[in-house]
Amino acid sequence: MAEPMKIRTTLKGDNCEVRVLMVHPMETGQRKDAGGNLVPAHFIQEVTVRVNGKVAIEGQISQAVSRNPVFSFRLLGVKAGDKLDIAWLDSRGERSQSETAIA
Amino acid sequence: MSAMKPIRRMTLRAMAALAAGLVLPLRALAAWNKEAFQAKTAADALKGLGIAASAESKDVVIEAPQIAENGAVVPVEITSNVPNTRSIAVVIEKNPFPLAAKFDFAGGAAPFVKVNVKLGESSIVRVLAEAGGKFYSASKEIKVTIGGCGG
Repeated sequence: MAEPMKIRTTLKGDNCEVRVLMVHPMETGQRKDAGGNLVPAHFIQEVTVRVNGKVAIEGQISQAVSRNPVFSFRLLGVKAGDKLDIAWLDSRGERSQSETAIA
Repeated sequence: MSAMKPIRRMTLRAMAALAAGLVLPLRALAAWNKEAFQAKTAADALKGLGIAASAESKDVVIEAPQIAENGAVVPVEITSNVPNTRSIAVVIEKNPFPLAAKFDFAGGAAPFVKVNVKLGESSIVRVLAEAGGKFYSASKEIKVTIGGCGG
């Protein structure tokens, strides 16, 4: 089970800046371990941001995103208490989802 | 033994249907664009994204360091001021797989993203924003002193 994400929201008027940290190795498939063996690729591929159940942002990403990815997004026309839901799916089919209320 | 087979087949079929039912709704959204992400050149990545031509635009803004000490973590902030921007793609030309990310924005989100990316070596980072079926681009060169892929 993936570690929960850390989500921070900053509401300014009816816009909201969202910062999310995901815990993930984001292995490129090109790195070698201490024994000189290639570490297989393992990275988040899809990121979905929903507000009150409706998709606001859909991201597709590659192994070029840094380890423990941090994203900032801007949501428009939201208010305090709106439900924010962020999910990811990685190259092994593992997924994680976190929810928070916009504040 | 032969009497067992139809039952087993039915069970397998039922399990397959169940698995499909579980997986399909999650795949209904835009799936990871394998062709574009596995492309080894920027040109092929753009082809995979269906981008044939783009126009340089000052309305696509990339904020990133000119020199990155550590190629493993390079913060890149992208804003599209092109009206009705629907998506933003980030291409790191010299990376082994140049396409780094693509974001689609619905009405409830500004065409803005900040993300940390890896650069294997110094490279031009190209951003393409889509609005009204047209593509607008900006690029910025980032120099890297320590690469971010081998580690």
